[in-house]
Amino acid sequence: MSTPTKGTTSTRKLFVVFLLAALLVAGVASYYASSHPDGLEFVAEKTGFIDSADDSPAASSPFADYSTKGVDDGRLSGGIAGVAGSLIVLGLAGGLFWVLRRREADSADAEQSTPSTSGG
Amino acid sequence: MHVPDGFLDAPTSLATGVVAVGGLALALRGARRELDDRTAPMAGLVATFVFAGQMMNFPVGAGTSGHLLGGAMAAVLAGPWTAVLCISTVLLVQALFMADGGITALGTNITLMALVGVAVGWLVFKGVRAVLPNRLGIVAPAAAFGALVSVPVAATVFTLLFAVGGTAPVATDKVFVAMVTWHTVIGIGEAIITFLVVASVVAVRPDLVYGARSALRARTLEIRDPAGAPTTPSQSGKTA
Repeated sequence: MSTPTKGTTSTRKLFVVFLLAALLVAGVASYYASSHPDGLEFVAEKTGFIDSADDSPAASSPFADYSTKGVDDGRLSGGIAGVAGSLIVLGLAGGLFWVLRRREADSADAEQSTPSTSGG
Repeated sequence: MHVPDGFLDAPTSLATGVVAVGGLALALRGARRELDDRTAPMAGLVATFVFAGQMMNFPVGAGTSGHLLGGAMAAVLAGPWTAVLCISTVLLVQALFMADGGITALGTNITLMALVGVAVGWLVFKGVRAVLPNRLGIVAPAAAFGALVSVPVAATVFTLLFAVGGTAPVATDKVFVAMVTWHTVIGIGEAIITFLVVASVVAVRPDLVYGARSALRARTLEIRDPAGAPTTPSQSGKTA
């Protein structure tokens, strides 16, 4: 009922939904994430090697610790950093994979109409 | 599980850096076979989703939290070599822009989460798929099981690195027990998230899920069996 074309979601629609889901998680939902130390940090505190950690040279980055420098509102600050980080990853990974991919031209000549699971 | 600078000494960080570079070189070669015009954008989105998912720390009790590592999920969705590149990209962006995970520790983090996380997640997934019927319904549970195992194994490898090159004088067995205990709990969260995401994509577009391809082929062949003849039951020996 909700799917118009024989139960197949179009590739474009799936990609849009997937991207929106990622941006919503990074930009909105992450505000509600647990702020407790993660497993490694917790173990390092408990067993006594947390103090051997050094500050990252990236600590002065505008998005360090998933907050945006100069933005006071916590929700907005984290949201901007999350969305920015997501888009940087999308650009880098997407660009890399687009360059690496097998070119359709390589195989398209051999089998012109490669099936994309023809319905049903 | 992002290791900050300073936990491990320089030789160990250098060694994991060499391992990471070697792994990435192999992944760059292997990923070519996994990526085409349709799966390349999908893989980019998988990396983006893993970045987002890693922001979503969930509480696991006693004032501790965990978050998705994403190795098994990315491997099943995009293919194992591509997954190594997905997780490595996420770790690079986190280290450079978010100060999450150290810079000299980047090789360690790539080794733990991109190489070990993906390899264990994928091999366990393959193992489960090998012993169970080749069905689409098995893909998400198998991915979840791979995810579950991958987290404590990565924690164990961290402990080994710490035993070799930890800068603080802390007994390895204490670190080992604590790391594996907590990361087994975190692995349950990893399994649940992996199950939900993989099951969702398998439900709408199994053809875009790398780890579902053989099951999809098997199903297609079954449907194309000579019409009329009742399709052979999925298990062969059926008379009780």
